[in-house]
Amino acid sequence: MDHLVYMDHAATTAARPEVVDAMLPYFTEKFGNPSSIYGIGSDNKAAITQAREIMAKSIGTTAENIYFTAGGSESDNWALVATAEAYASKGKHIITSKIEHHAILHTCDYLASRGYEITYIDVDERGIIKLDQLKAAIRPDTILISVMFANNEIGTIQPIEQIGEIAREHGILFHTDAVQAYCQVPIDVDKLHIDMLSISGHKINGPKGIGFLYIRKGVKIRSFIHGGAQERKRRAGTENVPGIVGLGKAVEMAIADMPERTAREIVLRDRLIDEIYQRIPYARLNGDRTNRLPNNVNFSFQFVEGESMLIMLDMAHICASSGSACTSGSLDPSHVLLAIGLPHEIAHGSLRLTLGYENTEEEIDGVVDEIEKIVARLRSMSPLYEDFIKKTGGHK
Amino acid sequence: MYSEKVMDHFQHPRNVGEIENASGVGTVGNAKCGDIMRIYFDIDENQVIRDVKFKTFGCGAAVATSSMATELVKGKTIYEALEVTNKAVMEALDGLPPVKVHCSLLAEEAIHAALWDYAQKHNIVIDGLEKPKNDISEGEEEEEY
Repeated sequence: MDHLVYMDHAATTAARPEVVDAMLPYFTEKFGNPSSIYGIGSDNKAAITQAREIMAKSIGTTAENIYFTAGGSESDNWALVATAEAYASKGKHIITSKIEHHAILHTCDYLASRGYEITYIDVDERGIIKLDQLKAAIRPDTILISVMFANNEIGTIQPIEQIGEIAREHGILFHTDAVQAYCQVPIDVDKLHIDMLSISGHKINGPKGIGFLYIRKGVKIRSFIHGGAQERKRRAGTENVPGIVGLGKAVEMAIADMPERTAREIVLRDRLIDEIYQRIPYARLNGDRTNRLPNNVNFSFQFVEGESMLIMLDMAHICASSGSACTSGSLDPSHVLLAIGLPHEIAHGSLRLTLGYENTEEEIDGVVDEIEKIVARLRSMSPLYEDFIKKTGGHK
Repeated sequence: MYSEKVMDHFQHPRNVGEIENASGVGTVGNAKCGDIMRIYFDIDENQVIRDVKFKTFGCGAAVATSSMATELVKGKTIYEALEVTNKAVMEALDGLPPVKVHCSLLAEEAIHAALWDYAQKHNIVIDGLEKPKNDISEGEEEEEY
């Protein structure tokens, strides 16, 4: 490609220029601490309130339920650990899924080491949580269900409303990590019976280092960071005012353009999927064909390995990601791809392309051209492909 | 993350391909771990490796170490080839990131597996060569979906 093509928006996004413009004054002339008495400090309270209201409205709640954090991981950690502590007298059992983000899974590992019991629910081959298994896992001592809204690797959207109803019926708290789904699909926390919800700024063209946790009024949750009285005494620390203002702007814009932006992304996504299927043999779409995030495409290409694809795409100025072991820093491929039942070698050959508002049809076509060439080249070097062709003559 | 030499050997791998009726073929690794290397030797009557080819399924480091390993053994006797260690392959590539060191082990094992196959086919014993552990049978790892 003649210019850099960025198709890794599930990893992070560039802040919109309007977001940066909104933030800049708060680093310099509007630098004051919102807790101070004088004008340049206390004036910033209004800016924070305004941003908080935008965020509250975006998920159908009111401002007092929004708590700013440093991002998705902190929100996830806080929701799980603080709830576990606050409700320990009721029970020490937590239910989650096998395809959660590591911010959830590794926090669950931590809680397990502190005497909590965690049940990990299976997903089907499309990545949708097994609701009957979820219901059966509920016990008198279950205090929390945490299931992600949509998966970061394969884009599958979970039946959140049904999970919320199940939790509600049993009097169990329901937390969802909505980092990938936020501003990609409409979210109404009351309609979906969500008690806690994690959000990150940098996935929606906002700044890094800022996010929020929605906590329904009445949920007992302890403070995670101790200190000053910020965030209704639940999250101490001088507010990240530029981050909060920037996130407010990003949410305002992403909510306003969500219908047309996602409609456009769906057209591009489907073009990408159809073209890959038509032009590249032995390719498999991971996740559900339609019940997936508007911006997510995840394919496995048999007989090739993911990191090799990524390096070659990088040389062609295309940014993407993979669930192969080599990109995860371990010998095992992505836990999500294994959970949907992929054999290891197929999981190693996965490629994730995630779209953003700036991607074009031209870029989609250029990327498919490159993938076609790269997969063909790597297959020509692959002993697995050689064996396959010798065995079958290339026909299945 | 990778040295220039690794990137060069990944982008322009030397000796990719197959040798028909090869004197020895070695396949090591397994698809589960994400790395498979296959090395083909054409060895002449003086036990010199006249030609060498490889095919690799794996990451950038796996492809680069395969390529470099074939360069290091080409034109050598089988005993000289036996001396090519994973350390030598790594050094020739100006190093590998720590998580990729196992790729260089695979290259050494692939050479040994191909030499073992040659020895078996020609009914000879190569001093110092042990039966390779990681030789996988052809097609065993194949999965349909």
